Amino acid sequence: MARAVTPRRKLITTLAAWTVALIIFFPVLWMILTSFKTEASAVANPPEFFSADWTLANYAEVWARSDYPRFFWNSVVISVGSTLLGLLVAVPSAWAMAFVPGRKTKDLLMWMLSTKMMPAVAVMIPLYLLFQRLGLIDTKFGLVIALMLMNLPIIIWMLYTYFKEIPGEILEASRMDGASLWGEIVHVLTPMALPGIASTMLLNIILAWNEAFWTIVLTTTKAAPLSAFIASFSAPQGLFYAKLSAASAMAIMPILILGWFSQKQLVRGLTFGAVK
Amino acid sequence: MGKIELTKVRKSFGDVHVIPGIDLQINDGEFVVFVGPSGCGKSTLLRLIAGLEDTSSGTIEIDGKDATNLPPAKRGLAMVFQSYALYPHMTVRKNIAFPLKMAGMDQAEQDKRVERAAKVLNLANYLDRRPGQLSGGQRQRVAIGRAIVREPAAFLFDEPLSNLDAALRVGMRQEISELHQSLKTTMIYVTHDQVEAMTMADKIVVLNAGNIEQVGAPLELYSNPRNLFVAGFIGSPKMNFIEGAEAAKHNAHTIGVRPEHITVGDGPWEGVVGLSEHLGSDSFLKVAVEGIGTLTVRAPGEVHVHHGDRVKLAPAGKIHRFDANGLAL
Repeated sequence: MARAVTPRRKLITTLAAWTVALIIFFPVLWMILTSFKTEASAVANPPEFFSADWTLANYAEVWARSDYPRFFWNSVVISVGSTLLGLLVAVPSAWAMAFVPGRKTKDLLMWMLSTKMMPAVAVMIPLYLLFQRLGLIDTKFGLVIALMLMNLPIIIWMLYTYFKEIPGEILEASRMDGASLWGEIVHVLTPMALPGIASTMLLNIILAWNEAFWTIVLTTTKAAPLSAFIASFSAPQGLFYAKLSAASAMAIMPILILGWFSQKQLVRGLTFGAVK
Repeated sequence: MGKIELTKVRKSFGDVHVIPGIDLQINDGEFVVFVGPSGCGKSTLLRLIAGLEDTSSGTIEIDGKDATNLPPAKRGLAMVFQSYALYPHMTVRKNIAFPLKMAGMDQAEQDKRVERAAKVLNLANYLDRRPGQLSGGQRQRVAIGRAIVREPAAFLFDEPLSNLDAALRVGMRQEISELHQSLKTTMIYVTHDQVEAMTMADKIVVLNAGNIEQVGAPLELYSNPRNLFVAGFIGSPKMNFIEGAEAAKHNAHTIGVRPEHITVGDGPWEGVVGLSEHLGSDSFLKVAVEGIGTLTVRAPGEVHVHHGDRVKLAPAGKIHRFDANGLAL
């Protein structure tokens, strides 16, 4: 029997949802508020929720002191580049695992996922040395490769799940209809899995954009993305919370806007196959 | 052309031998039905011919050329699947045109063929719809349309009507038969429904556990089944089998009498009516006969006997005789 939705129940669930959302969002809100405060107001004790004197000076100073557009462009190239390259590798891999699985396919998938459970720092030194020998330190190309490899298990897993939902007979029909393997992937599989591929792409752009460990370890100046840009504001001379907040707000804003506009697609993709 | 010849075709999945070894010749223009119980290997055999499964050994020739190792697309065959397998993101027009597009045919010729197929299959008004907006029968027609535009050497149907309701199934059965009459192309049709097999086929291939039990015209299988399996499988209700003294009278280990070849009224067999089903056109009776067992009787029209009545029965048609190995004598 379906549960009746009483006004009271609706009110309680709405309140609960808002409370959870606000708790999750609070640090971001606090950061944005702080970015408009003076340094003195930012460290005031007790903390001031609303500052007495709002200012845009932090943004002006951050903009003046650093080359924001370069960091921004590096972030775009690295996140989009690693995602596209990842898809290029993952689509055929996921196709093979979903439609022509071998006896070890499930083990392979679990092994790939297990690499995500390994602390990144465990492979920092070998990877750093490898990158150094190959001349990939502080190059966008190097970071594209590194982040692609980091996120590949997730991309393959997501695509594998979406591909498994596609009936094998449809692919067989396309084979009977004369489609080559390439034709089958381009004309049938990809269009049918497009919502899933779009969600995978969005999620991986967000993951790559937010990645802070490898982007800081493997870059110095030229290829540094926005995560390194934020780090550059936590100087050893002391923390300037207001400026750091302004820099952080500038770094997350593009991805926040992307996430906002694509939230429907993201939710649809992430719950794909959950309800039939 | 559409002559298909299978020589010693075998298929194993690991240690399981689904098709232990089959020889079969399908002539150009024939309507051949593979029939058999679930798991008898009929769909696997069709998929081997289509190229969707690789043979473990043996050869498949299509129009005299060895096609054993050719990919599905190069065999010149078209297939209609049980689930229709339409491309859900394409309109009906694009679905039907897909094989032509893959063959690199120019747009004008594609349009011409799609229009022609749509006219034949009554789909002209639905060309711009997507499969999701069509009924089951219409989807099946689209799947057939996609097969006919290619003008294949042979059509392969894998239980194409099993997802349709009973009324629609009868209609589509006739449409497919009419299509065969007009195209005169070889058709291979897989079904577990023997009514489909009997009504549509020029030639029926009865399969059991991956082996061919008998190949022949529908009435030939009905009248002269080669063994007990075919005798029991072809015909509805199933043939009655009698062993023991009654069979010995006919110099056989087992005798078989079809339910429609037993008359009610007078005769040597006497028994009590168990279940009686009255369909109007026919009456089906289950009669427990002393010394023989339960016999199914199909009497034409309305017969006024009911549960518990005593009746006398007589065999009135051919009595099929089988030896101890189940082979017809």
